[in-house]
Amino acid sequence: MTDTVLEAVHINKYFHDPVKVKVLTDVEFSLSRGEFTSIIGKSGCGKSTLLYILSTMDTDYEGDLKIDGISMRHKKESELARVRNEKIGFVFQFHYLLNEFSVLRNVMLPGEKLSKRTTKEIESIAYEKLKILGIEKEALKRPNQLSGGQKQRVAIARALINDPLIIMGDEPTGNLDKKNSEMVFDIFRELAEVYHQSLLIVTHDNEFAHRTHRIIEMEDGRIVSKA
Amino acid sequence: MNLKLIGDVAMSLLAARLKQTLVAAIGVTFSITMFIALLSFMSGLNDLLDGLILNRTPHIRLYNEIKQSEHQPIALYSKGIRQYNFISSVKPANEKPQIRNSGAIIDAIKKDSRVSGVAPKVVVQVFYNIGTINLNGIINGIDVGAENRLFSFQNYVVAGNYMDLQNIPNSIILGIGAAETMLVDLGDIIQITTAKGDHVQLKVVGFFQSGILDIDKVQSYTSLATAQKILGESNSYITDIQVKLHDLLLAPAMAKEYNQLFSVEATDIQTANSQFETGSFIRTLISYAVGITLLIVAGFGIYNILNMMIYEKMDGIAILKATGFSGGDVKWVFVTIALTIGFFGGLLGLLFGFVLSAIIGQVPFETASLPTVKTYPINYSPTFYVIGGVFSIVTTYLAGYFPARKASKIDPVIIIRGK
Ligand SMILES: Nc1ncnc2c1ncn2[C@@H]1O[C@H](COP(=O)(O)OP(=O)(O)OP(=O)(O)O)[C@@H](O)[C@H]1O
Ligand SMILES: [Mg+2]
Repeated sequence: MTDTVLEAVHINKYFHDPVKVKVLTDVEFSLSRGEFTSIIGKSGCGKSTLLYILSTMDTDYEGDLKIDGISMRHKKESELARVRNEKIGFVFQFHYLLNEFSVLRNVMLPGEKLSKRTTKEIESIAYEKLKILGIEKEALKRPNQLSGGQKQRVAIARALINDPLIIMGDEPTGNLDKKNSEMVFDIFRELAEVYHQSLLIVTHDNEFAHRTHRIIEMEDGRIVSKA
Repeated sequence: MNLKLIGDVAMSLLAARLKQTLVAAIGVTFSITMFIALLSFMSGLNDLLDGLILNRTPHIRLYNEIKQSEHQPIALYSKGIRQYNFISSVKPANEKPQIRNSGAIIDAIKKDSRVSGVAPKVVVQVFYNIGTINLNGIINGIDVGAENRLFSFQNYVVAGNYMDLQNIPNSIILGIGAAETMLVDLGDIIQITTAKGDHVQLKVVGFFQSGILDIDKVQSYTSLATAQKILGESNSYITDIQVKLHDLLLAPAMAKEYNQLFSVEATDIQTANSQFETGSFIRTLISYAVGITLLIVAGFGIYNILNMMIYEKMDGIAILKATGFSGGDVKWVFVTIALTIGFFGGLLGLLFGFVLSAIIGQVPFETASLPTVKTYPINYSPTFYVIGGVFSIVTTYLAGYFPARKASKIDPVIIIRGK
């Protein structure tokens, strides 16, 4: 086991539509276990694009991506799905919960997909995660019966269900008011400091960023500082 | 792959679109219902029409044809000599159309394990006398018990008791056409003239109706003994041996075999009635074509609803993929939805198809030519249900496969960016 959970190796990314543009240039950095890192930069500088590559959802890039020391370059679609399921928890700006299932089941789904535990165990873990986020009372509601902040916390609980190597977020607080943003930030920090969870969060909120352990700043598809 | 999880996700999507799902399932139900009803009915009709001829025709008929001897006596004289004989106008020898040694042949055939039954027959050419007028007629002397067992003789006796042929001496069951021409009733005595010119009186104990007018005008039945008596022959005089087999398809080969073995003429049912196969085949083909067309239409219904579902649930699919469901999992979710619709729609269709064909089977259907048929004929063969079931699953699978493949290829990045 290395201490490095994620490593970007000379990543270049082009978009071809309508004309060929380079949106990421030679992106290189690594993340250590338990590190709470934020990515900042102007709108359109390529933060989301980078995050989709790091989360293995986008495979159309040059360079290499290593998660847990293993290269993702030549893995099949189903193998990448397995990596996302087991090692990555993703939190979006919009919560993306399935309204057909209860809050509890939404949290459980990635766990059931991994199927390393029995449904009973997954259920109790899901309850535990909801409790950490303070919304265990809403477990049996449908997602569309929750407030925006509550939904985002459900999404975080879902990201946690398989105890991932790393949690990624693309402006997870972008859609929330001050109070709720504050709450989500506190949750993230607690995860990092108490549970030694690695986090990589894209944000526009400079105040948020400055309270994380480490800031990666981007400009025009390049990393300009990764203190 | 986690089947339960995939099933759960599929069912929740299905429940969210219950109305459209039901419409799609009803489409399958309707087409399977029609498929079953149509095939059961058509096949019932086929059986009925084939039965008209096939059930009444022996699978193999042995008889003795009157023909010129292949070996003329002069050939014996000219054998080994350089001499050729040309004989014109060769006549057959004066012999009767009987099968020689018939008792031994019947015993031998009865022992054959491929044979389900044997019935001997004496065919007599006669004239029915009506006053001074003579009508052509054929009287079949039959073994009443065997004839009934092999050819359901009693089904065609529309008046009187068929067993009377055996119990009452000098009795006859007249073809209904002949009886109408002669204006006779049950119990009347009719007179016939044999080919030799003998007059014989027979008591009418029943009427016979085959459904084929030309037969009913000419053919009549009497017992073997009476027929032999009319001809003045001994009780070993048999003109036809009718053989029924367990497997009809063996008939051509066995006819050849018997021909060699017993030195008698033998014809098989396929050669005698080849056109019936064609008619049945066409009717069956039409039923399948209609059934499959209906199913394809239902398949398009399923295709539509799945496409709609996928379009509506893009976000859900994206999130499933982002959280670790593979393209294959997503594909199975939608294939499962399609198969569920196909399975339950098809199951109901089989049930309704059974009910509908049972209803059709109750509709009165009476025609003079089919005395034993009172309602529309239905064939309740399980084969149709198996085929219907398999078809519904296969069509819905195909209808679901293409939308499902589309769903599996959805790129979550595009969806998530789109927000
Ligand atoms: N599908 C696409 N085709 C072509 N160009 C694209 C596509 N998606 C993004 N881009 C371009 O790539 C660049 C980076 O986009 P990206 O979404 O990564 O920016 P961002 O840093 O996340 O911005 P924001 O902070 O506003 O979310 C932008 O200039 C954008 O116009
Ligand atoms: Mg962005």
